[in-house]
Amino acid sequence: MRTPTLRTGWAILVFALVLLPLPLLIKSEFWLTWVTLALFYAYLGQAWNLLGGYGGQFSFGHALFFGTGAYCTAVLQIHFGINAWAGFVLAAVAAGIVGAATGWLVFRYGLRGSYFALVTLAFAEVFRILANTFAFTGAGVGLLVPLQPGIGQMQFETKAGFFWLLLLLVVACLLLTWWMQNARFGARLMAVRENEDAARALGVDPFSTKLLAITASGAIAGSAGAVYVQLFLYIDPNIAYGPAMSVEALLVPIIGGLGTIFGPVLGAFALHAIAEIGRLVFGEAPGLNLVLYGLLLVLMVLFLPNGLFGLGRFGFGSGALRRLFKRGANA
Amino acid sequence: MLEIAHLSKRFGGLVVTKDVSFTVSAGSISALIGPNGAGKTTLFAQISGFHRPDGGDIRFEGQTLLGLTPERICQLGIARTFQIVQPFAGLNVRENIAVGAHLHRAGRRAALEHAETIAHRVGLGPQLDKPASALTVAGRKRLELAKALATDPKLLLLDEVMAGLNPAEIDEIIPIIRGIRAAGVTILLIEHVMRAVVNLSDHTWVLNNGSLIASGTPAQIATDPQVIEAYLGHGAAARMQGQQVGGQHA
Repeated sequence: MRTPTLRTGWAILVFALVLLPLPLLIKSEFWLTWVTLALFYAYLGQAWNLLGGYGGQFSFGHALFFGTGAYCTAVLQIHFGINAWAGFVLAAVAAGIVGAATGWLVFRYGLRGSYFALVTLAFAEVFRILANTFAFTGAGVGLLVPLQPGIGQMQFETKAGFFWLLLLLVVACLLLTWWMQNARFGARLMAVRENEDAARALGVDPFSTKLLAITASGAIAGSAGAVYVQLFLYIDPNIAYGPAMSVEALLVPIIGGLGTIFGPVLGAFALHAIAEIGRLVFGEAPGLNLVLYGLLLVLMVLFLPNGLFGLGRFGFGSGALRRLFKRGANA
Repeated sequence: MLEIAHLSKRFGGLVVTKDVSFTVSAGSISALIGPNGAGKTTLFAQISGFHRPDGGDIRFEGQTLLGLTPERICQLGIARTFQIVQPFAGLNVRENIAVGAHLHRAGRRAALEHAETIAHRVGLGPQLDKPASALTVAGRKRLELAKALATDPKLLLLDEVMAGLNPAEIDEIIPIIRGIRAAGVTILLIEHVMRAVVNLSDHTWVLNNGSLIASGTPAQIATDPQVIEAYLGHGAAARMQGQQVGGQHA
């Protein structure tokens, strides 16, 4: 048991060391942006994986947390002049609170499976409409964050800065997941995912376990939103709370491997390679990537329910995805 | 240790537990038997907090269990197994048992070590690294037992851990259950396998249509006319008596 655990630690170290010098080696701005964005989606996917992959709670509305984090930073910075780094922390806190509140409402009433998915989707939509309405969120026009280059403002002179920031966050998340997988909390979360009643019979409180997972997942997704705002300097209701971000968040770990430490990283790079190829072949058609993603999801569920990681070995989330869709079909 | 007093429960118009009272004393092995549909599993579900009784009381070490959640009841020291086995299919045997071991052990290493000890105790040692989904029926029954045992319970509720096992497997599990009692755990079991009941239990209750119809040692139960009627139908006890008497007269 200790040997594979230690091997995971080495793998994380190797991953970090291999990616670290990349900005010095890649001369093309396009490819550096590409890798940076892949890391961003890996980070968002890691947040989703915590709740969906390890906890078995398939959220279809992670944009709810992402968007909350993004708006939190943008609003604080524009209206109150609060520093972006402080905004980053506050974004995580705000999204964590939204996560806890959502979890408290949803898990209190024992909603699981497709019902949980639908409620999260609905919550994200509600927030999208709210963000569209109020003036302080810029309503439908969105918010433009002023350009203030400099590390103190979390805006870097070059793309390399964002690359290193995201690499740091992704590695931190890898370490967090690694720790969780070898901790009591992780064991309980996976037990709840596999069989809630059996877990309760062994003294596991599913409510508090899932509540902690959705809070942590929300906080991480919110911090991803904060980074997004500094990277693109713009946020509007459709980007923040629209379904596209929710789909990316869930597709990344599903493709890579649910409930695995490296699944989201693998999935993010694979997904964006496929999206890039799609753009090359079909040209730039709006919404085409979502069509492609839908097709990909169907193929994954049919042929690779354990994700790319399932190709290599016995995955932790074995068959979880297929079970969810079977349950949905039977309901 | 466990006192059940005037317990009753109905599902709509169907009364599944009718004024049931009994006491399980510490350190004993007791058995609850009865025909299919007698309400044995429902009774277990009420003790372990999965179903709420409509009336009566369940007390464990003097404290009422009414209104407590299943996880709280487990934390107090009552562990149950499920008649329909409930493994964590995506986890391996070691990780399955460790979930139970984590109840009183925060550290992962301590929990895994305890899981290993328990696995050897119930004969799952060679299967520690197998996924739970790859176990045979006998293996899954043992896993149910191991998971419950790993929570260090004071009282263990075993719901038909021997159903579906062949005689050789039953002979293997009987000494394991004796060993658990010898280690100081009180056991209440639901069982259809009479050989096991006779072999193991100090005291037996018979449940039929939701009410207790007999209690005593396994030998006393086997000759009780009400029990014979419950299992074999109305008039069966009289016919059996008649056969004995009639044999002499013919």
